[in-house]
Amino acid sequence: MSQHTFIVNGTSVTVDVEDDVRLLWVLRDVLKLTGPKYGCGINVCKACTSHFNGKAFNPCAVRVADIGPDDEITTIEGLADTAPGDLHPMQEAWLEHDVAQCGYCQPGQIMAAVALVNKAHAQNREITEADLDEIRNVCRCGTYSRIREAIKAGAANM
Amino acid sequence: MTPALPIPEPLPGGDAAPGAGAPAGGVSRRGFLGYVMAASTLVAAADLGLSSPAAAMIPSGPQIPELYDLGDAQTDAARPTANLITIRITENGEAEFALPRSEVGQGITTSTAMIIAEELDLPVDKVHVTLAPARPELAFNQLTGGSNTTVSTYTPIRVAAAIAKQALLEAAAIQLGSVVALLVSKAGVISAPDGSSITYGELAPIAASPVTRPVGIVLKDSSEFTVVGKPQNRVDAHDIVTGKKRFAMDLDIPDALPTMVCRPPTLNGTAKSVRNTLTVQAMPGVTDVAIIPTGVAVRAKTFGQCIDAIRALDVAWNPGTVEGQDDASVLANLRKAELPLLVPNVPLLAKQVNASFEFMFKSSAALEPYCAIADVRGDRAEIWAGLKVPIVAQVEVAKAVDLLQTQVKVNVITGGGSFGHKLFPDHAVEAARASKAFGKPVKLMWHRADEPRQGRMHPMATSRIRATYLGGQVLTFEQRHTSVSTDFTHGFGEMISSLGAQLPTGLGNLGYAELIFTLTQELPYHFGLITQTLTETDQRFKTGSMRNIYSPDVATANELVVDMLAAKMGKDPLAFRLSTLKDARTKAVLKKVAEVGKWGRPMPAGMAQGIAIHKEYKGSTACLVEIDCRPETVNRPIRDGVGGPRVTKAVIAIDAGLVINPRGLEAQMMGGFADGLAMALTGSVHLKEGHFLEASWDNYFYTRQWNIPPDFTAIAMPSNGEQPGGAGEAGVACSVAAVACAYARATGRVPKRFPINHDDPISFEVKPFIPPVPQSPTDGLDWTF
Ligand code: FES
Ligand code: FES
Repeated sequence: MSQHTFIVNGTSVTVDVEDDVRLLWVLRDVLKLTGPKYGCGINVCKACTSHFNGKAFNPCAVRVADIGPDDEITTIEGLADTAPGDLHPMQEAWLEHDVAQCGYCQPGQIMAAVALVNKAHAQNREITEADLDEIRNVCRCGTYSRIREAIKAGAANM
Repeated sequence: MTPALPIPEPLPGGDAAPGAGAPAGGVSRRGFLGYVMAASTLVAAADLGLSSPAAAMIPSGPQIPELYDLGDAQTDAARPTANLITIRITENGEAEFALPRSEVGQGITTSTAMIIAEELDLPVDKVHVTLAPARPELAFNQLTGGSNTTVSTYTPIRVAAAIAKQALLEAAAIQLGSVVALLVSKAGVISAPDGSSITYGELAPIAASPVTRPVGIVLKDSSEFTVVGKPQNRVDAHDIVTGKKRFAMDLDIPDALPTMVCRPPTLNGTAKSVRNTLTVQAMPGVTDVAIIPTGVAVRAKTFGQCIDAIRALDVAWNPGTVEGQDDASVLANLRKAELPLLVPNVPLLAKQVNASFEFMFKSSAALEPYCAIADVRGDRAEIWAGLKVPIVAQVEVAKAVDLLQTQVKVNVITGGGSFGHKLFPDHAVEAARASKAFGKPVKLMWHRADEPRQGRMHPMATSRIRATYLGGQVLTFEQRHTSVSTDFTHGFGEMISSLGAQLPTGLGNLGYAELIFTLTQELPYHFGLITQTLTETDQRFKTGSMRNIYSPDVATANELVVDMLAAKMGKDPLAFRLSTLKDARTKAVLKKVAEVGKWGRPMPAGMAQGIAIHKEYKGSTACLVEIDCRPETVNRPIRDGVGGPRVTKAVIAIDAGLVINPRGLEAQMMGGFADGLAMALTGSVHLKEGHFLEASWDNYFYTRQWNIPPDFTAIAMPSNGEQPGGAGEAGVACSVAAVACAYARATGRVPKRFPINHDDPISFEVKPFIPPVPQSPTDGLDWTF
């Protein structure tokens, strides 16, 4: 076992765990941050999507040893604090469009959506249908159409 | 089982004409009997069997005792309140209710809160609906399935809420020195004409009763509804978008460490021995290793270390149930069981349409894989899991770990989707066995790879149809549906007892499957003599009722033949359906989608519209789609996924009788459509050499963003009648049928096998079977965006 220090949702944490344990399990099983969900463990379903230094990533596919002390991990639990107001505009849009069904995929969907919109805005453009088609997050409850509507609405307020 | 309740007397003031549609257990259309319970705060109750439409169909006696024996029945008969559901008014003026059903995303906690809010005149957010643990005394009235929750709980919940409000009004009348008739209740406050007022919270202890007493009540007329029928967002939405909603995997039960199972390389195999137990036990984080009936269980500090342990295990395996078998051999077996189609007795000049369809195995797994927490001790066990039939879970867990049913506590946790998967307690039983083997609590999770490979399947089936017609009239319609056996041993609906289906004769299951088929299938057309039969064979697979059971396959076969008949007779598919449908409600939803979807508008070559209907769950649905089968669309590149034909537009409409929450209903239509789309085009598993090839979402092609129609509309028709219909499954059958019909029209070929891409070359690299789970990658930081 060895010690690993990094920043989660604005707070520096240190965990005692083997180097090759994937960050998803460090977040969920060690730090008890259960917002990022397990749906495959092989970077396919995207249910665990969170942010690494502001960009979307999948902690099920990253060793804890590959995260440095200055790296900032943001999970769904910390998303609201990255924007003014009680909730992030994307979360507001999700409520407005009543997107969720069982809710299992939705933390990952929201984290992916925020990153996708940030990326488009950084390129000085709006989100397109083609961008939406490329979202890989699985929703087994089939809320895909509402997700698309909410992303467009959320993007307008970001 | 008949609730041991007094037969209600007619209530004074009940406004329905005597005998006019009096529901079972009710007094008149809106007059009912319930209770104010003995408690220190106001608790109102009603019998869960009230007006439950299935109650009359419960088979008496023989199956029940094992689930719920004579001794239990005697105890409960002495307690007339055993089957009650109760609504409690708290001292802060809010209502609490433990729903004896399971929320798996279908929105029943929201719709239930709405029903209570309506009768109680409380805001929806002041009503707190939780899920009740297993209540054995409820027997078949604690099963979530068949889209039956609202159908069966609507009246009793209303009665309990209305009784609570009446008790509050009566107490308020005394407190405010007024009379009930002059009081007004609004948003949890009761006001008198003189302007004085008192809150539900203040009234709750005053309205409490020291003894349980029966109370007659008249329900609100639906014309007075202000909450029911209005769009309502989900009550758990805020928790979901902030990551606070907890699923079984998220619970922090002391010492319940991550646990997974190393599963056999072929379907339903078993572990003979482990050659390196000590080595694996010494791996970082690993605490325990043991053989259980489904494989080798490992427990560790993190799930990641469970995966490492599974991959390191060296296990000798016993063969499974379908060694060496593949899709073709299972299909050949089905063909042997098919009943012959009859040569109908029709005039010589009548013409025939013959068709035969094949439906491949599909996985019903949700995004949340099977997960259950178990803490099994010497004389008791406790389970936490998403379960739709918690009583059966209690029975099966007790059996598996040699305890009495009464020594097992089963907590129902909101599930991350079900689609029929959580009808079975497979995960709870497995967790209990692992916990017993280790002598420690476990949080057992299935790896994603386990789900399509060893999890429950929708069975492979064939459907053959022969229809005859003459002079524009369909004379006969004969359907022979033949299926790999569907496992109904979880007990289905209040009609079927779980243990009855495990009859030692082996015939039990067959009989129930046929009963369920008969009770769900209806071809609502004027097609002369209609016969639909089910034959089931082959019990080697772990199957289950995937969302909507037989209907998606049956409806697809039927609606394709309806189109074939229309074509033979030179009629338009919409006009032919409208002229032969029997009932006004189905016609109305069909007309609605035709109008909104602009049926008949010109389409380029390679594209077409399709239209289909379905009637079930006391409601009607219709779907119109437009599909693009042009090569440039079909062959569009998709990384680690499949494109294929793209549905570019879909319109789906439902008449669900009395609508509780139109927004929730439309959401169910959207989800049902996504399922139907996968069933028609992309979603199946392939059996080869005794195991299923698919191991994750990059192999099993459930609908993804790149498959869904950019233009999608769901329409909840206005409330129609006083009885709510089902929603959870109602959207699937017409969706898959409409996509199939559109595909046939776009390509000029009626597809014979579903999903239509099943015979395409396998587009993914098959993951190894030993070890049974893939290692998590380490290159995640190369894929950030
Ligand atoms: S669990 Fe991380 S992508 Fe599926
Ligand atoms: S809401 Fe259930 S998986 Fe997306």
